[in-house]
Order: sequence, then structure tokens, then C-alpha cells
Amino acid sequence: MTINQIIDIKHSILLQFIVLLLSVLLTSCSDQPWNNPYSNTSSNTSPITSIDEHIAYSSFSERPKHLDPVRSYSSNEYTFIAQIYEPLLQYHFLKRPYELTTLTASSLPELKFYDSEGNLLDESDDNIAYTEYLISLKPGIQYQPHPAFARFSSNVFEYHNLEEEALKNKYTLKDFLHHASRELTVDDYIYQIKRLADFDLHSPIAGVMEEHIVGFKDFRNTLKDHKQNNPADFHDLRELEMTGVKKISDYQFAIRINKTYPQFKFWLAMPFFAPMPWEADRFYSQPMLKEKNISLDWYPVGTGPFMLSENNPNLRMVLEKNPNFHGETYPSDGEAEDIENGLLADAGKVLPLIDKAIYSLEKESIPYWNKFLQGYYDASGVSSDSFDQAVQFNAQGEIDLTESMQAKGIGLQTAITTSISYMGFNMTDAVIGGESERARLLRQAISIAVDYEEYISIFANGRGISAQGPLPPGIFGHKGEDHNSYVYEKVNGQLKRLSIDYARSLLDKAGYTGGRDPETNKPLVLYLDVTATGPDDKARLNWIRKQFSKLGVQLVLRTTDYNRFQDKMRKGTAQIFMWGWNADYPDPENFLFLLYGENAKVEHGGENAANYTNPEFDSLFEKMKRLPNTTERQKIIDQMVEIVRRDSPWIWGFHPKAFSLYHQWYKNVKPNLMANNTLKYRRVDSALRAEKQQEWNQPVTWPLIVIILILIASIIPAVRIYKQHEQRRAR
Amino acid sequence: MTAYIIRRLLYALPILIGVNIFTFTLFFVVNSTDDMARMHLGVKRVTPEAVEHWKAERGYDRPLLINSEASGLDKITDTIFFQKSVNLFVFNFGQSDSGRDILYDISQRMWPSLAIAVPVLLVGLLVNITFALLIAFFRATYIDIWGVILCVVMMSISGLFYIIGGQFIAGKLLHLVPISGYETGWSAVKFLILPVIIGVIGGIGAGTRWYRTLFLEEINKDYVRTARAKGLAEQFILFRHVFKNALIPILTGVVVILPLLFMGSLITESFFGIPGLGSYTIDAINNQDFAIVRAMVFLGSVLYIIGLILTDISYTFVDPRVRLS
Repeated sequence: MTINQIIDIKHSILLQFIVLLLSVLLTSCSDQPWNNPYSNTSSNTSPITSIDEHIAYSSFSERPKHLDPVRSYSSNEYTFIAQIYEPLLQYHFLKRPYELTTLTASSLPELKFYDSEGNLLDESDDNIAYTEYLISLKPGIQYQPHPAFARFSSNVFEYHNLEEEALKNKYTLKDFLHHASRELTVDDYIYQIKRLADFDLHSPIAGVMEEHIVGFKDFRNTLKDHKQNNPADFHDLRELEMTGVKKISDYQFAIRINKTYPQFKFWLAMPFFAPMPWEADRFYSQPMLKEKNISLDWYPVGTGPFMLSENNPNLRMVLEKNPNFHGETYPSDGEAEDIENGLLADAGKVLPLIDKAIYSLEKESIPYWNKFLQGYYDASGVSSDSFDQAVQFNAQGEIDLTESMQAKGIGLQTAITTSISYMGFNMTDAVIGGESERARLLRQAISIAVDYEEYISIFANGRGISAQGPLPPGIFGHKGEDHNSYVYEKVNGQLKRLSIDYARSLLDKAGYTGGRDPETNKPLVLYLDVTATGPDDKARLNWIRKQFSKLGVQLVLRTTDYNRFQDKMRKGTAQIFMWGWNADYPDPENFLFLLYGENAKVEHGGENAANYTNPEFDSLFEKMKRLPNTTERQKIIDQMVEIVRRDSPWIWGFHPKAFSLYHQWYKNVKPNLMANNTLKYRRVDSALRAEKQQEWNQPVTWPLIVIILILIASIIPAVRIYKQHEQRRAR
Repeated sequence: MTAYIIRRLLYALPILIGVNIFTFTLFFVVNSTDDMARMHLGVKRVTPEAVEHWKAERGYDRPLLINSEASGLDKITDTIFFQKSVNLFVFNFGQSDSGRDILYDISQRMWPSLAIAVPVLLVGLLVNITFALLIAFFRATYIDIWGVILCVVMMSISGLFYIIGGQFIAGKLLHLVPISGYETGWSAVKFLILPVIIGVIGGIGAGTRWYRTLFLEEINKDYVRTARAKGLAEQFILFRHVFKNALIPILTGVVVILPLLFMGSLITESFFGIPGLGSYTIDAINNQDFAIVRAMVFLGSVLYIIGLILTDISYTFVDPRVRLS
């Protein structure tokens, strides 16, 4: 074989490969753009890109750990289960401030107050021993189709006692031939409350509910004993009573709470209080199903607008319209600007407004961003990497979309999140903590020195507002016009951070003249415990060190991993730390409890990471948490905020601002930081999306031809050398 | 040969035990059982009781390596190490700490890994050997010099650059293939084209240089000189004789990695959203799922040992002088 022949063969292989490549691309994509990541041949989701079907496209970056509502407590899990499970209440989609409204309940819970003798009392009475929440359910709500409900004609459940043979070739719920449904009753809510108490299910709110629901703790212990004495795969919780939860009829039940706990209604809007049919618990308890990874933690069963039709968290999760959904309609009232923003265009329409939502696994932000720009995802956040590409500041200093984003018709929504990112002082620390004037002045001086406005500008691209106390905007008690006078002053109506000279004078008063420790006459050394995970952290940590050096104080950074950090926090060995909190519900109690003495992390294992204890604050907290949102409550909150501003157990940090981008075909987008079940309100103009995808993703083939020509051209000198080599005389 | 294979398999046992101890020690130096529990139970409102219950439920409430309170053999067997390791040796990987069957997950996720790794290996071999032979054929010419320079340049570029650059050019600018994603069955082809091409291009530099070195070493041997003296054409010598004799070191490199193809690629799978075993392992490390980590390390060790044994066996096929005894 000559080299010419080899070259010919190589050429023909190359050509064949190109032909194959092109034919694969052409046949697999047909009329779709070549780079369309959604196949029309997928067995479970065909045809995904049909414009007749209204589909929303999104992604997830990691597998949700739990889809069982008793355990699930993180936003990436709520993305799915909040669309499937329906608690009794929900947040109004459009109204602000956040307002609770009914979901499966026919009305908001009716509250009754009792003393320890069982006598009915007024809400304002000081002798209230119990509060009873009387809850009524809408009749006629049906569960999604599920094999757990399927029965033989003899009325026996078809899949509750599965034999090994029957489970052959069954790997997902779809492999079960028969699916059925039944009506939702209050028994399912009672069953779920009992599940919250089950030690084996590790509900994160069991501790909170133990404190509030009457009989919860006793039920917990009874169930534990019952399980130990009767080992079995399935324990029917209907057989055990919880004294504080009483069924009145199929559509009405009552929950009895110790004393008063107004925040309890917010819990009723969370998936923890979603209904659980006993049939599902029975079905999933079968060990052979568990072995096949078919569990309640993996395959939810609910009454919501969607059901999880495909659960492959290694690849894709698909929510499909629940055919049995009870016909909730789009809200017809909202805020004044909602009409002009087109958010009431669908008022009164039956929900959900889309047929399907496809969530693809997307671990990295760069591919996600690029696919969003190509129109393959409907909405996107704005990461630091893509911030300059997406957003710019206009001449007035306001945030605006860049021209390229505007040209694509992309919209921008921003919202100050109901969360806080703060720097905390460990109040048990001998130097920085405690109630002494010296330590307080030191903390106040540091609070002035750490310039969070600069931090927001450098490290958050301006996405946030500096905090004036523990309460973020949107939470009752937050006063927009108010400021922390220990750190800021108002100059010409503008907030200005107090000067470093003033901070230094506070240090002088504290005895740390020039930032020097009087005992050693050397710069005061403080320690910041922080988790550092990425390359960006170095700049951030250097910046923090510089803030302390403004006072002449030396900051030693103790970077660690999150495990060690948490361990230090539990033991109280950290001195200064950075942490944050995201609201569970829109009530000041959910933030102020982070500074309540009974929640101190070291002593009580609670969420008060600073271990701050102030009897006056604690007593006001006790009073405040039981009050409705009245002026009296506002006054108490003002006092509490003033106390913690003075004591400065935290540098109040900032409230992040969330940015989200969405394409022109994605409708009914309004940030709702409390509601997780907003997918049902979304509408998609599929025809417009298909048109734009075609327009934006026309394949560019000429570079391929150029590459082939370059390859061919590069062979020519090789052939020439070969010929010279062949014609060369032997030496 | 059978006796040789059995002997090698028996040698593997202490190696696997050693690897298991090493993995166990490293994992628990970084993570405590409390950390694992908190990672699985979540960040908010986790009580110490819930942590203890989680540990007890999964057997993480025992001592790590030695149970000083137990007596007799229980000192060793009633430990986390023993309880969690013994089943590995019968390939019973059990359930992950999050409660999923590990073997089932592995069986599902190895196919996407193979779907990338096998074409990258085969096409890469073909391309690298072809380039290496051509460079060797044109040795000491400017094609050789520029070829080697190009290889060094390609070797010096990070794999991540090829991935991001490839996604940017082929997916974003030219719109030829999806930027990332995956499908099952034949639909996977369009998602595999880019990672496979990137995998092949990323390996050309190192592969071509390595094979060129092998071929040049052979070219200078006596039998090649004899062949030339007999008047055989250069291309005939190169492709018929040199190539055959250079196969032994090529096989050493290829056969040993064959079983490891199952294990997948961490970065490629992560960037292309391919649900293979590489991303499975990295997720397990991030989630502190010891059950998966130990299973994957154990599996990797077993496959590596199998690869080494297969290499030895393959010697006997390509070089009749080699006998296993």
C-alpha cells in the first residue's frame, strides 16, 4: 500500500465521518435548530418542542435530596414539591405585603382561645392556655393518579402487598399498569402531622412543632415505643391518636396549640403541612419497592396542579399537568401596577396555564447562561460572570438591561430578598462578646469600620441594600425611613456611614487607643472564622481584613470548610463569623428569634449563632411573637431593634437583591419570595418561542468547510515531501 | 495462565483492603459522622437528637476502627469500618446514605460514561496513531518539527479550555450542536459529538507525542535497518513492521485503562450535563455520602487491578516471547 492509497483511505474515512455527522444532525433535529438540546424522540417527553403544548423550560443544578414533604426544607426541593403537594394555605401571588389565602382550605382558619380549664377566652386575654385552629376543607379535591390507590374489583388494594414476581420489570411508577385516585379528606392532613412526629422521618420542624402542637411530644414518644415493640415495615399512624389534632368531619378538623402562636398559620402554608394519604405510605413502605429506589422521597403523590411524571435527577425532571387538579383560577386582584404590567391578563383562567415543565440537569452556570441566551431556558438569574453582559447602570445610576438583552426582548425583575447576610460576634467571647461597655463600644466601632456599601458594590455588583437592623424590607416591623444611628447619620436626607475618626474615638473609650490592646501594647488581634471555597474568596477576605485595619485592629482569618465552621459555631469557639438567614415566613419573629436568648446556639442548640442574650430583649420577644401586626407590635419591635442596634451583636450586613431575567414569551412573572408554588401561574407563548429559537440558532456551516479545506491544503506539502523522499537517491 | 490469574487475583485482596482502609481514613479525617448527619438532615433547625438518630439508623454511631468497649472479635467487627467494608468484597454496595440503591445507580450511570469514554478512546487512538505515524514518517522535516511544537502547545492547554472553547465555538457561535445536555438511545448522538471531539482534540498533543516516541524508538532498531537494506519501501516498513512492534507499549497504555472507562470523566460530565459515574462520584464527595464514595473507590481499584491483569494477558497475544507463569 502506498502513502497515496493511505491518504485516499483517510480522506474517504474523513468524508464518511462528516457525512455521518451531518446526517445525524439533520435527521435527529429535523426542522429544529441543530443545537436544540431537547429531543423529539425522548420516550417520556414527546414531542417536547411542539408548539401546541405549553411547556416551561428550566434547570436544576443538583439532585434534590428529599421530595417527601415531611423532610424537604430547601429551595431546590420546593421547586418541585410545592407544585405537587398542596398545604391548606398559600400566599397570594400578586398582593404585597405578603398575604395568606386559601389553597385546599375553604376559608382561613378560625381561631378559638381557651384557658387551662377549657373555657373560651378573648384573644387579648392573658390566661390563654390553648389556641384552637378550626380548619375546613374544600370538598371534591382529588389526588393525582397513583398506583397506591388502585384497587381490584374486590376493593382490595392492587399494589399494597406486592410479590417479587409482580415487581419484575418495574423500575418507576409508570411501570405500574393501574393508577387511581381518591378524594382528599382531613384524615390526610392529620396523617401528615403525625408523620412530622415520626423520629425515623427526621422532620426538621419536629422540634418546633413539639413545642407548639398539643400532644405532639407524647405522640412522638408513643410512636417510638410502638415501633420498637411492633417491628414492621408499615406502621399505620391512623391507629395512634395525637391529642391536639382532632377530626370533626371529613372536611373539618382542629389543631390545638399551646398558648398562642400566631406564626402557626404560616407553617400551614408550607409543604410540611401537605396532605399525605395513608395508602401512599402503605404502598411505599414495601421493602422491595425501597430496594428499587421507589420511595416517597422520590415519587411524590399530591393534589397539586402538577405531578412528577419523570424523575431522573441524573438527567431531567418533568412536571406534567395533574388531570385531576381541582380547577383553581388565576387571581383577579392584585396591586395597582399589576394591570399595566399585564399580570392580570389571565384573571379567572383555570390553572395551571402550562401543560408541562421540564427541568434539565445543568451543573455549570456558563452552559446554562448560553442556553438561556439561545432561548432554550425561559428564565435565568444573573451570576457575577454574566452580570456585565446582562445589566448596566444608566445615566441616572439606575439598573437597566444591556442593549443585547433588550434586542432579544428579555425582561428584568428585581426584588430585595427577605433575607440577611451578616457578620456576627460571638457574645460568649471574652474580648468581643459580653455586655460590658468596653466590648459594646468595640463592636460598634467595628460595625462602622466594615463598609458594607463598598462590599455590596465590589462583591455583589451593587445587588443589595445595607441593613439597618435584623429585619429585611417586606417583613412587618421593618421601617424603610429608619436608620441605625450607631453606624449611620443622615446628611441632607441621605444616609452616611459615621466617620472612621468617630469609630476610632469609640475604640479609645473602650480602652483600645489606636486599636492597640492595653495589656500587650500591640495591635488588638481579632479572629474571623469563615468558609472559603472559591478563588473569589481571597479578594473578599483581604477586603475584610482592610476594614479592620482602618481601626488599627489586626484581623486574623481562620478559613475552614463548612463542617469545621459549623462545629466551631456549635461549640462557640469562633470569635467573629459571617452567616445569613432566609425567611421561612413573612413575620418579624422569624428574624428576631435569631437573637432570642433561648435560641442561643452553644447553650440551647438553637439558631442564635451569636449567642446573644439580653433579658429585656427576650421579654419583649416573648410579648411580640404573640401579637398580631398592630401598632402595639410595631412599638415593641422598634424597642427590640433599638436594643440590638445598641448592643451590636451583629454587623447588620446587607439584604441581597435578586435579579431575574425572563424571555418575552414567558408571562406572569412577578417575584414572590414567600410562595414556592408559582409555576401554575406561568404562561408560555410557545409559537413565539419556537420562532425566536429558529431565528437565534441558525447553524453556521462555513467554518466547517474552511476547516476541511485547511486540512486538505495541509496535506499538499506532505505529499510533496513524500515525493521528494521517494525520488531521493540512496546515500 | 489460569494459575497466574488466580495468583494475581489473590494478590489483589490485600491491595483492596489497603485501599479501603486508606479511603476510610482519609474520608473520616475530613468528615465526622456528625458532619455527615448534618449534611443529610439539612442546615436549618437540626437538633442534636435528630443527628444521633440519623447516625444510629445508619450504623454510624459505632466507633470508627477499633471498638475499645467491645470484647474479643467484636473489637474489630463492631466498628463502622468493618460493618461498612465487609459487604464491598461481595460487591454488595448497599444503599447510599440518602437511601438509594448504589448498584442500581451505577448500572444506570455507567452507560453515559461509556458513551463518551469509548468513542474518545477509539477515535483518539486512531487519530493519535495516525498523526504519530505520519510525523515519524516525515521525521526530521519541518512537518515533524512543527508537528511536535503543535503537540506541545496542545498539551499545555488546560482541558477546561477545550471544553469551554468548544462549547463557545460549536454550540454558541456556530449553533452546530447543543451546548450541553443528554438523551438516552440514539438521541444521545448529537449530545456526544462535541464532548467526544473535544476529548479527542484534548488528547492529541500528549497521545501523538507519546506514540511518535515509540515509533521513532522502533525505527532505529536493527530489524528496520535490515528491512531497509532489503529494499522495502519506507511506508511498508513503518506500517507493517514498526507499527506491529510498537503495539506492546501501546497496549500497555490502552488495556489498563479499558475497565476504568466505566468510571467516567469528572469535568467533562459536569460541563456537558452528562449523567455518568464521574459526576456521580463528585456529587457523593460534595454531599459527604460515604457509602457511595467507598463503593466508587472500591470499584475503581477493582477495575484497575483487572486492567493490569488484562494487560499482562494481552502481552501474550501481541508478543509470542512472553509467557505468563
